[in-house]
Amino acid sequence: MKQWESFNGGKWQESVDVRDFIQKNYTPYEGDASFLTETTQKTRRLFEKVEALLKEEQKRGIYDVDGSTISGIDHFEAGYIDKENEVIVGLQSDGPLKRLINPYGGYRMVENAIEAYGLDVDPNLINGFKKYRKTHNEGVFQVYNEAIKKARGIGLLTGLPDAYGRGRIIGDYRRLALYGANHLITEKQAFLDEMTFPFTEEKIRQREELSEQIIALRKIMAMAKSYGCDVAYPAINGKEAVQFVYFAYLAGVKESNGAAMSLGRVSSFLDIYIQRDMEQGVLDELGAQELIDQLVIKLRLVRHLRTPEYDELFAGDPNWITEALGGMGLDGRTLVTKTTFRFMHTLTNLSPSPEPNMTVLWSSNLPESFKQFCADLSIETSSIQYENDDIMRSMYGDDYGIACCISAMALGKEMQYFGARCNLAKALLLAINGGVDELTGEKVLQGIAPIELKVLDYETVMVQYKKVLNQVAELYVNTMNSIHYMHDRYAYESAQMAFHDPHVNRYMAFGVAGLSIVADAFSAMKHAQVETVREGQKVVDYKIHGDFPAYGNDDDRVDEIGVEILETFIEALRQNETYRQSKHTLSVLTITSNVVYGKKTGATPDGRKAYEPFAPGANPMHGRDVNGALAALNSVAKLPYKNVCEDGISNTFTIVPDAIGKLPRHRVDNLVTIMDGYFNQKGHHLNVNVLRKERLLDAYKHPDKYPNLTIRVSGYAVRFNKLTKEQQLDVIHRTFHEKI
Amino acid sequence: MIKLHSIETLGALDGPGLRTIFFLQGCPLRCLYCHNPDTWSASKGTVVTEEAIVEKALAYKTYTQPKGGVTFSGGEPLLQAKALIPLFRNLKEHGFHIALDTSGYGMPSPKILEELLSLTDLVLLDIKHEDQKEWEKITGKKMDRYWMFKELLLASQAKIWIKHVVVPGLTDQGAHLRALEREVLTFPHERVEKFELLPYHSLGKLKYDQLGLEYPLADTPDMDWEKLCELKKNLTIDCLI
Repeated sequence: MKQWESFNGGKWQESVDVRDFIQKNYTPYEGDASFLTETTQKTRRLFEKVEALLKEEQKRGIYDVDGSTISGIDHFEAGYIDKENEVIVGLQSDGPLKRLINPYGGYRMVENAIEAYGLDVDPNLINGFKKYRKTHNEGVFQVYNEAIKKARGIGLLTGLPDAYGRGRIIGDYRRLALYGANHLITEKQAFLDEMTFPFTEEKIRQREELSEQIIALRKIMAMAKSYGCDVAYPAINGKEAVQFVYFAYLAGVKESNGAAMSLGRVSSFLDIYIQRDMEQGVLDELGAQELIDQLVIKLRLVRHLRTPEYDELFAGDPNWITEALGGMGLDGRTLVTKTTFRFMHTLTNLSPSPEPNMTVLWSSNLPESFKQFCADLSIETSSIQYENDDIMRSMYGDDYGIACCISAMALGKEMQYFGARCNLAKALLLAINGGVDELTGEKVLQGIAPIELKVLDYETVMVQYKKVLNQVAELYVNTMNSIHYMHDRYAYESAQMAFHDPHVNRYMAFGVAGLSIVADAFSAMKHAQVETVREGQKVVDYKIHGDFPAYGNDDDRVDEIGVEILETFIEALRQNETYRQSKHTLSVLTITSNVVYGKKTGATPDGRKAYEPFAPGANPMHGRDVNGALAALNSVAKLPYKNVCEDGISNTFTIVPDAIGKLPRHRVDNLVTIMDGYFNQKGHHLNVNVLRKERLLDAYKHPDKYPNLTIRVSGYAVRFNKLTKEQQLDVIHRTFHEKI
Repeated sequence: MIKLHSIETLGALDGPGLRTIFFLQGCPLRCLYCHNPDTWSASKGTVVTEEAIVEKALAYKTYTQPKGGVTFSGGEPLLQAKALIPLFRNLKEHGFHIALDTSGYGMPSPKILEELLSLTDLVLLDIKHEDQKEWEKITGKKMDRYWMFKELLLASQAKIWIKHVVVPGLTDQGAHLRALEREVLTFPHERVEKFELLPYHSLGKLKYDQLGLEYPLADTPDMDWEKLCELKKNLTIDCLI
């Protein structure tokens, strides 16, 4: 085949195998960043227009909505921002920043958004949809029982994807560039043709899904054609490869509005095409950087229609267009290529930005120059997160991506059923109050006796808590099963699944919030005296007498309680059968919802007052880590990833520049050492913010002065000025590892 | 046994690389600008074993051993010099680079100091002032012990970083800084790796309030950054601010 000429052959030519193609053809890069160039004039002109649009969007809240069409892969005319300067084309709708009406997940979300933002939408559009089509949300609520509804209502289970797109599915978008749509259709059709009787429920479902995927691929061809591109056949050069990968991704965000829709791991794949063009003398460095800059500009324009309540939970309009960068190969060669550098260089060439969500797969074996480049960029932009490639590679191989914030999965071979999270602190209060919600007084769990002690006893409460966790786990798994059954049925992601193998391995990703609160609460019960303050029967507050070791100080006495709780909870979850035999996984992650969780949770026995925010992710509670930042990192690193929290453990590390070194080169060196140290101890994830507190305070007062100020929060990055004032304050107050 | 005030696990300024800093309890000096009055009292603090300190240091080895090490600060670590000797020896066996952050004022005998210095890789020497009268005005103590320490330090092999806090109206005179520079030049050049001028800040005031102590520099403003840069221009040896 002409498009594959001059590539090294291999298994990838016989069947879909992108990893094999990469391994046979990529060029590892161990040099420094000095080859990088600035952006081209075309990109500059385009980006000026984009920045003006973004400014306008910031003012309006929502820039525009396509009020006459329902979302879909090929439902929209071709759209441009500045046609003559666009090297990579394609928008979700027929114009930039136009959000799509996507009622498949549930029309209430759409209606609320329309109302909240006063959008101009044809009423017949929604009404027609309502009349003829059932939504995911309707399905879910038909099967929820009272127990689930209560758990949801009081905030024991929150952020559930039962009214919006679940996301967390990563298509292997590289397949469209390497093979073209025709080949992918042929392979899927062959699989369908070979399926034999009996057509069991699972087989019938698989046949239906494969057929949907084939239809999606045909629609992608039609969509690309409207932009004058033919994606039936493989990409012929670097520009086409970037364009095709983007079209494949774009189809996903035209069809679905998943909370998090990652890009995958495209940089080093694209590098092969760019490298070939350069060797053939048809592309220079400026041209290569232009392709990547323009791709990234497009990714930054992806939008979904959300409600203000959704934004409160997932602040800053995030899409988690996560690109996994770097990492090492199974054969010991680094997967860093020049295009890994080019991709990250967009933070300098364009501006610091939350999207795409740049995620460096860190290994102690990464080239030193790449480590330095990353650390330097982190210090400059606070826009990068890091994850432990050494532990993940051993589980997912060397061609995995990161869904949403921190969840790993093998690309094109695995998918995830996203399950938001359960409030562990609330569960503790239910254990103390006999299954009664501390705020509403509502009886949520049955068969739990209230604890009547004046001073809480560690053993008694722990026994009761484990009993509650078992009940919560049952409730949680069954809730998730209901959600994903309906999502597969009424809001199936055919475009994204089209870039998967016919057989996929599925994870069901459960999550917890409030781990540090619970660990500290039990530590207080064990090492100090926790006196209950009651209103009638109900405990409404706690008085703590004496000191206790707090999580975040590298003290095993409390850190091990955290570990025990996670091990208990995943084991409890595993006792309950999951939908489609998906594998139970667990994360310690809160997004920005640590503030919202706080609002829904009464006072806790660790001394946290009612309604106060939780710590984000696996971070220690604000102000309780008193031995410096590395002690906090060590505490978090003790939480086990393998076999326990395989959906990830999120840790946000925020520091002032002076605390990691006096001179810039010392800061870079020290940050590299910190990350090597953390990941060597099996820490899983690290958000790195290097910020001056004064700057954040100023940005809080004068948001207009800092349009690009980006910070990392639990698992993603946001523009600071897109957070609510309350969230901004929380970020400012939260542990700044700073000394005087 | 060591009397410990606190631990800072992420030290990036007090010696090369990343360092675990052990702040020891107790200080005989009462420097006017001290920002750690909570470390003064020798009767407070937590008593810990030498092994506990080694264990702590080892917990951060992955961060500190590549390029950094451990730093003993205070308070005044020389107050506990005798107990530090076996501890330093133990830490050396584990391969740690050891820094000692001191004003040079301590009670121990020259023999003890000599031995301690032989186990120390780097001394972070805070020279309060080069002039005896001023030194004693700032610290409230006699300067002769500093001279004794200096003599022993000169005879040792330890590397030296010299620092000095520049306080408006107290230590910000050009003539004083030039005299200080002459004092710095009396140390062996090949062993002095750094000479730092630290701008005074008033952030320590809060701690005085919490301890119910009167803040001696209540009316002194923070040191102006630009003025410090100006002062530095008149010096001949390279110094960091």
